[in-house]
Amino acid sequence: MAVVSVPRDPAKPRRNPIRAFVNDNRRAFSAGLILIIMLASFTLANPSVFTNPLTYRSVFVTLPVAIFLVVPLVFIITGGEIDLAFPATMGFSSWAFAIAVRDGWDPFAAMAVAVVLGLLLGSLIGMLVVYANLSSLIATIGMNFFLRGLINIGAQGFSIAIPDLRKTFMYSVFSGGANAAIPYQMFWALGFVLLGWFLYNRHRFGARVHCVGDNPDSSAEMGINVKRVRISLFMFVGVGAALAGVFSVLINFVWWPTTGDGFLLPALAAVFVGGTPAWGGVGTLVGGAVGSTIVSFIETGVIAAGLTGFYTQFFYGLIIILSLIGHRFNGRRYR
Amino acid sequence: MSKRLVELKSVTKSYGNVNAVENVSLYVDEGEVLGLIGDNGAGKSTLIKILSGVHAPDSGEIYVKGQKVSRWNAAKSREAGIETVYQDRALVAQQTIVRNIFMGREITNFLGFMDMKKQHSEAERLMREIGFTSKVFNPSSLVATLSGGERQGVAIARALYYDADLIILDEPTTALSLTETQKVFSFIQAVKDKGRSVIFIGHNIYHVYDIADRFAVLDRGKVVLEALKSEVPSAEILIQNMHSIARTGHIGAEPVELRGGIRLGDN
Repeated sequence: MAVVSVPRDPAKPRRNPIRAFVNDNRRAFSAGLILIIMLASFTLANPSVFTNPLTYRSVFVTLPVAIFLVVPLVFIITGGEIDLAFPATMGFSSWAFAIAVRDGWDPFAAMAVAVVLGLLLGSLIGMLVVYANLSSLIATIGMNFFLRGLINIGAQGFSIAIPDLRKTFMYSVFSGGANAAIPYQMFWALGFVLLGWFLYNRHRFGARVHCVGDNPDSSAEMGINVKRVRISLFMFVGVGAALAGVFSVLINFVWWPTTGDGFLLPALAAVFVGGTPAWGGVGTLVGGAVGSTIVSFIETGVIAAGLTGFYTQFFYGLIIILSLIGHRFNGRRYR
Repeated sequence: MSKRLVELKSVTKSYGNVNAVENVSLYVDEGEVLGLIGDNGAGKSTLIKILSGVHAPDSGEIYVKGQKVSRWNAAKSREAGIETVYQDRALVAQQTIVRNIFMGREITNFLGFMDMKKQHSEAERLMREIGFTSKVFNPSSLVATLSGGERQGVAIARALYYDADLIILDEPTTALSLTETQKVFSFIQAVKDKGRSVIFIGHNIYHVYDIADRFAVLDRGKVVLEALKSEVPSAEILIQNMHSIARTGHIGAEPVELRGGIRLGDN
């Protein structure tokens, strides 16, 4: 008997839309799964704390700072580069913000100054990496020390307290909602994620970042200005760091010479826990936001589960390693 | 009388001490297929990368449609209507077919946001026209999951999409089966029938002879032979004029000894 094979009509590829959606976003979904498993474990360990909305609220107060850092970091790692100078950029631009507000500037204007400063610092770092053709890993470590050094020399160890910030209109817009279920900064952070998502997935810039991170030679051959894309990535990280710095001052009413330092490893961990691999060309922005949430919940969760603060780093490590192993099964590496 | 489409004048490019291309002048007329032949390392790829704007020449001039160009780069050459299928295919493997076809030239609105639906449907139409894939493809497939021939199909489809004035194909048939090679030739014929120009670079001189209207032979960075097809009665004659190559019919298998600067039909 003859076997007749009927080829499928290539004009109508069979593709279940739900399965396609899950498949296209599987990195983000696996990050979400990790978050759910983690929260479920915490809830089992201490049900009263993790069924209380105040626990979530306390995380939402500081989570936005991490999100402003992580969104541009997902871009730069997708683009095949890395920026380890963002903590110092964050400290530097929020320093300008704090000085301006202390000296009686309108906080909105001070915020604009901080963002422009972040943009300039980012472009400086980007040009150093791109035009001097340095490794971004090493050059940005250098820039992080250099900028933090300038802060230390300039501030001489003094912090800047601006308690009056609480009374300003700007504060109520960006960081208000003291009695609301969700503090206002969380909405700004979600807006930033949404903007980032469109830029990452629907905009020409995001498409080119993927191409450059995937194969810079092919991108150059197809007429993409690889240097410009790379510098833009560092500028974006600068803006994100400046916003994170401003929000950190808005939350604490204090600028410290160390502002930003504590975010270096957690923010990077959030990118990778969120499902963006380290090799460039692929990544997930929603996953990055989920990763920030995971990292922000670890400390609260460990304390709430009844363990002492000595356990936090142990659980940081455990959750990061387990989630990376989880992603390993999900995102196959193509070369 | 045919018009000059692009012309390189006295172009030189060196990497360190090595002159990859030395004082080369080359032109392509409108509606013409130029076959570029040469040994490995003869400077073919460097030459076409200068033309497509990927490499800047150390000296020399580039003319497009009679105009001298300045600050030439890959984006400008694509805008000027030159599409190139590079030897390395210039694909981004972890991305979808759609993103590969539109990379560097996305369909966007005035804010730079991409028209995802249009890009998808255009890519689907293009892949169907090419018919290059053996299995059921879809434009959202990752290029990394395609075979070598299918990847070449994506690279060629991308070059055909923009209805370019000049299509440069750098050894497009290397990874292809016989039927796929035939398909590439029919594409080139279709491009030519539309009055567009082609630069075809190949190892196999029979292939180049069949498809080209004019030949240029490169050796160690110099053009050593230029001939119209009407001046060369057969591929064998072309090969005989290239001494040691005659033994194999392929360039690359033997060291090449060419008579410097000979032009068939000059005398």
